[in-house]
Amino acid sequence: MDLFSKKNKETFFTPLWVNNPVATQVLGICSALAVTSKLEPALVMGLSVTIIVALANVVISLLRNTVPNRIRIIVQLVVVATLVTIVSQVLKAFAYDVSVQLSVYVGLIITNCILMGRLEAFAMQNKPWESFLDGVGNGLGYALILVIVGFIRELFGSGTFFNLRVIPECLYDLGYMNNGLMVLPPMALIIVGCIIWFQRAKNPDLQEKSN
Amino acid sequence: MNTNSNGYTIGYASVMVIIVAFLLAFVASSLKERQDNNVKLDKMKQILSSLNISADELKDAESAYAKYVTADQILNLNGAVVSSNGGFDIESKKIDDQLPLYVCNVNGETKYVAPLYGAGLWGPIWGYISFNADKKTVYGTYFSHEGETPGLGAEITTEKFQSSFEGKQLQEGGDVKISVVKNGKVSNDAYEVDGISGGTITSKGVDAMLHACLSKYAKFFNE
Repeated sequence: MDLFSKKNKETFFTPLWVNNPVATQVLGICSALAVTSKLEPALVMGLSVTIIVALANVVISLLRNTVPNRIRIIVQLVVVATLVTIVSQVLKAFAYDVSVQLSVYVGLIITNCILMGRLEAFAMQNKPWESFLDGVGNGLGYALILVIVGFIRELFGSGTFFNLRVIPECLYDLGYMNNGLMVLPPMALIIVGCIIWFQRAKNPDLQEKSN
Repeated sequence: MNTNSNGYTIGYASVMVIIVAFLLAFVASSLKERQDNNVKLDKMKQILSSLNISADELKDAESAYAKYVTADQILNLNGAVVSSNGGFDIESKKIDDQLPLYVCNVNGETKYVAPLYGAGLWGPIWGYISFNADKKTVYGTYFSHEGETPGLGAEITTEKFQSSFEGKQLQEGGDVKISVVKNGKVSNDAYEVDGISGGTITSKGVDAMLHACLSKYAKFFNE
């Protein structure tokens, strides 16, 4: 078995851009709005989702032949919720500072549609290794969009980058003001919309045909 | 095997639930001691950061706490000391008529620290406020929250907001004076602090928290 065959590479790389979970599959929009007003929570959320979706994909892929069809969504949800709870408990014991930062997001990770979407669409039909790659790829694709949105919103909304001031004080003295709309959720939706626009303009395959 | 039969489905669900329950119970109970210890250390850090102790010293919270905090008293509503220790074990959200008061010694000066607990926009907010031995001047504050909006209400955790309380008037004759007002609406600089712009409800929550929690100490302030 070739671990990095062409198909596996495709499984890993397409979710990063062409088949991006946020921009193309339009999953996980709610959390993309909630955590992107600053870059730091956006990055933390992106990485946590990456880890959880990769692990959950592997577990579900191992169980895929035994899961009764009628309760498969419940099984997927139980696996995700258990993993998230265990990870958050372990963090609380060994990395308390991180767990304090993550406290709000734990609930958001469990309910993130990307997890359910990938488990149902990929892990239920594929082998563990492929599922792992798919999970990491989709998690990173999600993180990428979050980081782009978080960067733009923090820069123009608060004038900072990772909480460090980058827009010089003298500009403020000249009358420059932070854009208040940037820190509010609607702006995240507008930025995600712009990313989708840009992405489709670059990839004609993604454009719907006009009749 | 037929994975679609009723029996299999019920059996699968039952086994899954039992395994998951054991797993979670095992993880929770085996990590409990460490977690409790972390919570305790974190509380020490919060108390110390209201005293403007530098982040370097906070790395070893336990020894810094022993160095600066001389007693964790419990007061009653009349301002009398009920117990000279044990205040640390009272959870901020459960404060009723037993008021914790930390007596601290920072660079030879006596400071007091009182816990705060209230509601923000999305969930609870809490913190600590330290004041000078004259019980009239704020020395430092610490605020934290569970789920306020990043960039807006969550700004109460920033150094900038917390340090704006320093040197303000705490109370006058037992009436709590220190207040948070809407951003840009400070009319009396002696005891009013600028709120967070865009985080008005959280700022109001901090204001309400200060008044509600500190007014219980009124008798103590008047001593």
